[in-house]
Amino acid sequence: MPRVVVDVVLKPEISDPQGQAVLGALGRLGHGGVTSVRQGKHFVLDVEGTPDAAQLREIAETLLANPVIEDVELHLDPTPGV
Amino acid sequence: MRIGVITFPGSLDDVDAARAVRLAGAEPVALWHADDDLAGVEAVVLPGGFSYGDYLRAGAIAARAPMMRTVVDRARQGLPVLGICNGFQVLCEAGLLPGALTRNSHLHFRNRDQGLLVERADTAWTSSYEQGQTIVVPVKNGEGRYVGSDADLDALEGEGRVVVRYVGGNPNGSSRDIAGVTSADGRVVGLMPHPEHAVEDLTGPSVDGLGFFTSVLQGVLSA
Repeated sequence: MPRVVVDVVLKPEISDPQGQAVLGALGRLGHGGVTSVRQGKHFVLDVEGTPDAAQLREIAETLLANPVIEDVELHLDPTPGV
Repeated sequence: MRIGVITFPGSLDDVDAARAVRLAGAEPVALWHADDDLAGVEAVVLPGGFSYGDYLRAGAIAARAPMMRTVVDRARQGLPVLGICNGFQVLCEAGLLPGALTRNSHLHFRNRDQGLLVERADTAWTSSYEQGQTIVVPVKNGEGRYVGSDADLDALEGEGRVVVRYVGGNPNGSSRDIAGVTSADGRVVGLMPHPEHAVEDLTGPSVDGLGFFTSVLQGVLSA
């Protein structure tokens, strides 16, 4: 069954306090080389038949992400689920 | 006048909203998210809470409920709709109001009595107030930070669609201290603070919130 991965991240201009909190923790752990963290969401969809790119984009842009504040990326996973 | 209060799975403040409607002199009508019939109500309140546990994004799944499809259709024809806290998040997710509500900038849930400056006293839900009046009502949220692009916020302010603004401190990092906004026609209003928790001296910091519920009555009577 084809697998589709959807990644959602806040737009660059929207501040991400959760990512900043993670960045602060990394600094306290001695990982000073990390200069920025943006936290997002990762969806894994298993789809019957041939994935319909237009339909998947609609799913991603109308429910999985809020286009007001978030960017979305679709990936057709080359390694189908087991 | 009959005012509907929609209950979603995870709504918390529907009973308080219905009580505020009754104290204002209207008849509250309980509506269920999975129905799609507004039962003849003349206005709708979307209450606070954590619909669907805030899964995905606050208000995102509730905004796609059958009752919300009816609300969106009717709101575009002028049905007065008030969204409080989670209800405001639902209205933004449903596309009836611009912008979005995100995690508070300090990452803490904030619960306190909050000063608000009323900038629009001519919407369906704020006509009982005076423009420039300051009121105090509770605010309680973890994802109440109002955001939008600078261009969208400039347009919103240019059109005078900021209804209430935080004064005496911004509880969540909202852009430009925006606490509540309205639709272009002034019929749909959403705000993060809770006017329904400030309608009786016994339980609220003031009775300043009652005006939201009496406003919509005036609108119908004068229409």
